[in-house]
Amino acid sequence: MTVMTPKSGTQDTSPILSVRDLKVHFAIPGKGLFAPDRQLKAVDGVNFDLYPGETLGVVGESGCGKSTLGRAILQLIAPSGGQVAWLGKNIVGSPHREMQPLRRDLQIIFQDPLASLNPRMTIGEIIAEPLVTHKPELGKEEIKARVKRMMARVGLLPQMINRYPHEFSGGQCQRIGIARAMILEPKLIVCDEPVSALDVSIQAQIVNLLQELQREFDLSLIFISHDLSIVRHICHRIMVLYLGNVMELADRDNIYANPRHPYTKALISAVPIPDPEIERNKERIVLTGDLPSPISPPSGCVFRTRCPFAKDKCASEVPKLDRVSDTQEVACHFHDSL
Amino acid sequence: MTTNHILTVENLTTRFQTPDGEVEAVNNVNFHIDPGETLGVVGESGSGKTQIFLSLMGLLAKNGSSSGSVRYKDTEILNLPARELNKIRGVSMSMIFQDPMTSLNPYLKISKQMTEVLVEHRGMSEAEALKRAIAMLDRVGIPGAAQRVHMYPHEFSGGMRQRVMIAMALLCDPEVLIADEPTTALDVTVQAQILDLLRDLQKDFNTATVMITHDLGVVAGLCDRVMVMYGGRVVETGAVRDIYYDSHHPYTEGLLKSMPRIDHANEENLFAIPGQPPNLQNLPTGCAYQERCGYVMERCSKERPPLKAFDQDRASACFREDGQ
Repeated sequence: MTVMTPKSGTQDTSPILSVRDLKVHFAIPGKGLFAPDRQLKAVDGVNFDLYPGETLGVVGESGCGKSTLGRAILQLIAPSGGQVAWLGKNIVGSPHREMQPLRRDLQIIFQDPLASLNPRMTIGEIIAEPLVTHKPELGKEEIKARVKRMMARVGLLPQMINRYPHEFSGGQCQRIGIARAMILEPKLIVCDEPVSALDVSIQAQIVNLLQELQREFDLSLIFISHDLSIVRHICHRIMVLYLGNVMELADRDNIYANPRHPYTKALISAVPIPDPEIERNKERIVLTGDLPSPISPPSGCVFRTRCPFAKDKCASEVPKLDRVSDTQEVACHFHDSL
Repeated sequence: MTTNHILTVENLTTRFQTPDGEVEAVNNVNFHIDPGETLGVVGESGSGKTQIFLSLMGLLAKNGSSSGSVRYKDTEILNLPARELNKIRGVSMSMIFQDPMTSLNPYLKISKQMTEVLVEHRGMSEAEALKRAIAMLDRVGIPGAAQRVHMYPHEFSGGMRQRVMIAMALLCDPEVLIADEPTTALDVTVQAQILDLLRDLQKDFNTATVMITHDLGVVAGLCDRVMVMYGGRVVETGAVRDIYYDSHHPYTEGLLKSMPRIDHANEENLFAIPGQPPNLQNLPTGCAYQERCGYVMERCSKERPPLKAFDQDRASACFREDGQ
C-alpha cells in the first residue's frame, strides 16, 4: 500500500477535494429578549487537500467540530464561508439540482449503525435506495443483482436481503451502512466515527473491510474519530481539531513520532496502551480542565486555557498554521521552542 | 479458609426471564477481591460483566434473579432485602456508572444528592454533611467546590459530573468501589484525568476497586488482576502482566491482538476475531467461543471446557490447557 501525501508520489495527481477557509457558524439566540444572536463557530477556517486513494483522519474531542466539518464538506450542512472544491469545482452554495449528480461520488457512513438504518425497510431496500435514486434506468433484476453482489463484498449473506435492520448485530448493521455507501461506487466516503459504537472484536473487522474497499476501489476516505489508535492504523494523514480550528495537520508517521503541537502531544499521551509495562511507565501530559464553550472561545489561541505552555502572546494573537516540514503544519506560536 | 477477602463471590448465576425464554447472563462466576486491590473485569457487551455487579448490589432489573453466594467480609449479601442491603451498599460498597448524566438526579442540587447519604447513614447534621460533601468535591478536583455544590447536574461538564459521581461514591469511605465503564463516555484527555484521580484515591483510601471496562488499555494502566468474561462466563483470570504477556485463552489472545496500538506503526491488516459475539439466548453446546476460535477442536463442540486453575492465581477455560 502506498501512502499518498502531497509529498510522496502524488505530485502529478491533482487533489480530488480541496477545502479552503471552510467555516460553519451557527446562530445561537442571545441571552435576553432583545439581545443579538451569538455565533457558535463550530468550524472556523479549515484548509486541506485530499488525494485519490488517501485517508485523512480528523481527530479531536467531542465538540471540536469534526462531525460538522464532515457534513459541511458533503454540503449536508451549509457552510457559512469558504470553499469546498470537488474535482476542481466549488460546490458551496450549489443548488440541489447541481449537487444531486455529485452525490453519487460523495457518500457518508454514520456512527450509530442501527439508528442510521430505516427500521421499516428491508436491508435490500436500504442498500438499493441510492441506486433507485441515482440510476433510475436500471431494471429491478439488475438492482437486486448489484445489491447482492455488494452484500457479499461487505461480508453479509446475500440471502438475508429481505431481513430488517433489527435482526442484525451492530457490526452487521455497520456493514449494511457500508454497502449502502458503496453501492454507487463513490470516490469519497466520509466515515463519521464508524467503529466507535462497536465491540472491540468487531472494530477490527470493520476497519479491515474499509481498508480492503479502499484498495479495491481507490477510494478516498475522511475518517472522523476520537480514537487515535485506530486513526494511526487506517489514516495516511491526520488533522487535529480543537474548537473548530486546526491545531496540527501532518503525515501519520510524523504526527505520532514527532507531534509538534502541545494539544497533539497531550492527546497522544492520554491514549491508554494495552501493555502494562509501557502504560505504567510512559510519560504523560495531563491537561487540566475541560473544553471551553465554543460560544465564547478564548481569545488568541483557542487552546491556551488548557495549554501547559501558554504565554502572553497566546492570548493576544491567533497562531497561524505554520509549515514546519513538507508534510507537517502546526498552529502554535512556540512550536520551535517546545 | 482464611478470609481477608473483602468480597467473595461463589457460583454466582444470574438469569433473566424474557418473553423468548430464560437467559443466563452470568453463569457460575467465582472471584474475590482483597483490600486495596484493583480487579479489571473485561468483556464485550453482553458478556455479563456489568450484570455480576448489579446482582451483588441488588440492582437487577425486575425480571432478573441470582443464585450462589456473595459475601461482604463474612456477611452473605446476595438477595438480601433492600432494607438490609442498604446498610452496606452506598456505605461499604459503592458503584459508579458509565453515564454520569443519567445516574444523577437532574431535579436535585448536588448538595442535596450528596448530603442525603451522610445524613441517612452516618447520622450527620445537614451542616456537617455539607461540609464533608464540599471537602470531597474538593478532593476529586472540582474547582470552587463550596459554590458548585449548590448547582444542578446539568451545570457540570461530562468530566466534572463523573467527578461528582466519584465524590458521591466515596462519601462514606467505602471499602469496595465498583466502577462500571467510568470513562467510556468521556474524551481521552478527560479520561486521563479521571484515571489519575482513581489511582490517587486508591492510594489514599486503600479502597478495593473493580474496574468494569472493554478498554484493555485502561486495564493495563490501572489493574492488579484481570478477569476476562465471554458469553456470561469467566474464560481467563490472572495477574495483569500474565494476562497481557502470557495469555492462555484464545479469546484473550484475540482481543489483545485485535487492538490497534498507538505506539506501533502497522501497515498490515489488523488481526480480527471472526464472527459475532454470542447470543446468550442461543449458546452452542460446548465452548461459547468455538465458532470464532482459531484453535477449535472436535471436543470443543461437545463439552464445555471448565475454568481450570494453573500456576499461581491463574485460570483459563480452554481444552488447550490439558495439552490435548
